[in-house]
Amino acid sequence: MKRTVFGVVAAVLLAAAASAAQTPSAKQTRPYKAPRTADGQPDLQGFWTNSTYTPLERPDGVTKAIYTPEEAEAAIKLAVQRESAQTEPGTTADVHYDFSQFGLDRSQSLFVRNLRTSLIVDPPNGKIPPLTEEGKRRTAQRAEDAKKLGGRWDSAESNQLDDRCLIMAGPGPPMMDAAYNSNYQIVQPPGVVMILTEMIHDVRIVTLDGRPQPDAKVRQWMGVSRGRWEGETLVVETTNFNGKNPFRGSDENMKVIERFTRLSDDTIEYKFTIDDPTMWTRPWSAESAMKKTVGPIFEHACHEGNFGLYNTLVGARLEEKRQAEEALKKGSK
Amino acid sequence: MRNRLLIGTTLALMAGWLLPVLTRVAAQAPASPAYRAPRTPDGKPNLNGIWQTMNTANWNIEPHPAGPSPARELGAAGAVPAGLGIVDGGEIPYLPAARKKQQENYANRLKLDPEIKCYLPGVPRATYQGMPFQIIQSTKHIMLIHEFAGAVRTIYMTDQTEAPADSWMGWSNGRWEGETLVVDTKGFNDLSWLDRAGNFHSDALHVVERFTPRSAETITYDVTLEDSKVFSRPWKMSMPLYKHVERNAQILEFRCVEFVEDLLYGHLRKQPAK
Amino acid sequence: MRHRTRSFMRGGAVALVLALAATISIAGQTQSAAPAAPKAAPANAAAGKAYKAPRTPDGQPDLQGFWTNSTYVPLERPNGVTKEFYTPAEAEAAIKAAAERESEQTEPGTTADVHYDFSQFGLDRSQSKFAMNLRTSLIVDPADGKIPPVNAQGQKRAQERAAARKSAGGQYDAVENMPIGSRCIIMGGAGPPLQNAGYNANYQIVQSPGYVMILTEMIHDVRIIPLDDRPQPPSQVRQWVGLSRGRWEGDTLVVETTNFNGKNAFRGASENMKVTERFTRTADDAISYKFTVEDPTTWDRSWTADAPLVKTEGPIFEFACHETNYGIANILAGARADEKKVAEQKKGSN
Repeated sequence: MKRTVFGVVAAVLLAAAASAAQTPSAKQTRPYKAPRTADGQPDLQGFWTNSTYTPLERPDGVTKAIYTPEEAEAAIKLAVQRESAQTEPGTTADVHYDFSQFGLDRSQSLFVRNLRTSLIVDPPNGKIPPLTEEGKRRTAQRAEDAKKLGGRWDSAESNQLDDRCLIMAGPGPPMMDAAYNSNYQIVQPPGVVMILTEMIHDVRIVTLDGRPQPDAKVRQWMGVSRGRWEGETLVVETTNFNGKNPFRGSDENMKVIERFTRLSDDTIEYKFTIDDPTMWTRPWSAESAMKKTVGPIFEHACHEGNFGLYNTLVGARLEEKRQAEEALKKGSK
Repeated sequence: MRNRLLIGTTLALMAGWLLPVLTRVAAQAPASPAYRAPRTPDGKPNLNGIWQTMNTANWNIEPHPAGPSPARELGAAGAVPAGLGIVDGGEIPYLPAARKKQQENYANRLKLDPEIKCYLPGVPRATYQGMPFQIIQSTKHIMLIHEFAGAVRTIYMTDQTEAPADSWMGWSNGRWEGETLVVDTKGFNDLSWLDRAGNFHSDALHVVERFTPRSAETITYDVTLEDSKVFSRPWKMSMPLYKHVERNAQILEFRCVEFVEDLLYGHLRKQPAK
Repeated sequence: MRHRTRSFMRGGAVALVLALAATISIAGQTQSAAPAAPKAAPANAAAGKAYKAPRTPDGQPDLQGFWTNSTYVPLERPNGVTKEFYTPAEAEAAIKAAAERESEQTEPGTTADVHYDFSQFGLDRSQSKFAMNLRTSLIVDPADGKIPPVNAQGQKRAQERAAARKSAGGQYDAVENMPIGSRCIIMGGAGPPLQNAGYNANYQIVQSPGYVMILTEMIHDVRIIPLDDRPQPPSQVRQWVGLSRGRWEGDTLVVETTNFNGKNAFRGASENMKVTERFTRTADDAISYKFTVEDPTTWDRSWTADAPLVKTEGPIFEFACHETNYGIANILAGARADEKKVAEQKKGSN
């Protein structure tokens, strides 16, 4: 336990020291003790980001767990280049969000630097464990069900969850880098930790009073979270997922255990373990961090402004009509 | 330093954990000596007032996730909010055939739910139906006047008799047990439901309600239901009743017959000559 | 002074009520609807001395119990009658004639026979408790016992209503064209003012601190009358029974009701109608009930009626009108079937 903590702290601090964009945090000679909220909770409050270039799984061809600072920089640089690659105006390829143009790409905002080659630390190979037999069956079933929905533009329901403005990667749990606007706000009134995810204004209210998990019939997209403090660490257990938003293929039986520990004024260590015995042969764990960022968080009224989905479907229907008419013309010749 | 920190943290954690648990336990207990309601002029606990529940029981008394409306046009306005359930133990102990019937009811709820047709809601659905009701308490009779469809329940405190005939709201006899009003109701027909999810009963339904004031503005409402034709054993539900404290609160008309006539008789409307 | 005289008269009438009601209810046990001749009975001990109602635990004059306003006295004085009071014999004769009409038997199997035979089910007035009254009309003001003439505004509204009814089509064309009582929305007994419902004309009054509740049997209508000084309700909130506010003036409960929705026009009134009711317990088994109707957009003057309530037996049974309203569905279905038959016959003859 102690060794892992030290390892993360070391990795993060080294990264902080190496990065030019970061203000080096004070070199600590003894463990940091977070300030307290009015009811005595370690204070995690504020605005945080988990934006990072570190992938969840170790890239193919990489075997080590930790990059050297130079290797880490090079990996980041490569990713930034890909993100800001310009496309030819007027071509189909140009019809997409140019994140870098609007300052939304990761490199133009604060992001968490990390020397790790993957967020996954267990299994040691940095990859999600193999599926169980049941897991394989469910994955195949899912694929078949998805096929039944037809093509991506056949209906709203056959689109991706984020395009439908249902839920994005940020809230989880576990909370993942959202690609942009990867921001959170934590507020702690007595007995509760509230985590607001910018996209899509998703809120988890984590109770700390030891109440049991609700009946298995109550299921939610973000599950139901129950929290407790273990020393300086907030441990959050989440169950009762509805299974409609698989996390890397998870199902409704997934249990997520998150651990939040404030390491410094501007860093929260964020670790999570995924335990889904119907899907995977063993639990797996990852480590990341959240960095203090500048507030406030703006309203993300995704569904209310979802012209994209509507227009895409209209366009697809028009395209079909056009093709049908052309076929008719050809046929009548 | 570290030891003191450990002890301090442990104590804080214990306090933080114990206090809410104790409060919760107290809240769920029936009338403890802790609260004694003010009295009516004839010396009984005063239940007069306008009351309402705040839960999702009318959608489904068992625990349930959120879900879409069965009436597509209503979109989110008619959708079902999630609920942790009010049934003790989380599941109604249906006889197997009865559970099947409940599921059929649910599948056809848009056509079958008597609430949609503005029929009298029965008991205890009237209590948690989501509209306020007024308790008018006199020595001989305690009246429950519900806003929904103007449903009326008369609780006979004296001159008690058996139900002369079946009815939608049943026949209620009441008595005081200390701080608690106990209401025993029989004589139901089998036409009302327990919620919008198709949970139902037969004409053998027997309901015992216990109203126990727990503070100036809340009542603990405990209900035991038994029905040998539908349930394998008696079962319970429990919830707080909250008082309307705004000035000039009053029950207004919800005379819904008008609102459902087109639904019920529209197909019998004379069509213009072709 | 005049007030006291009327109260004596009322007391006297109540004595008569007691005597005659007792007689009549005995007669009502038999099949025959014709009431027995009134017997002289000892006058109510309270007559001649102002009755003081018992008090509820919170000090209100106690109006609680089960009451009926069933009566043979019409609202308006019949044509050809000029006096204000019948003699007892004349009253008996009038009741007898009305009771005979009610229990008139029709020929089974004829269309005329398709109706409620109230007397068969013991629902007609003579077989239940009713408030006996020597008056020739419930209306006491104007002095001629009739509703004042409708003014120009009221006539215009009546014409508009008639036109709207006409353009809506026949009575059996649609549910909305059928009488409001047949639709089980509201019946006359609820008022206000409380009217004789024709049968099941029963009420239950329950009082709790600050409230008087009046339950009308048909259609389980409840008015909860607050007695505090809350403001008049906003004009946008309109109800079939309006919104009532009450206060005690001595031993008389005065209830003012406004905010009617105008859909249940009482004798042609509009949504601007205001009803003032006065309840005074005059004996253990009688309540004096008087009401005044005002609507300057319908009548140029107010009018007042005196329609006593007498004690009846409880309990009041549930009246689940709408839940078993087969009548409406069957009538409409029948009308549609008739039309279809006619249409097919026409086709057949072409």
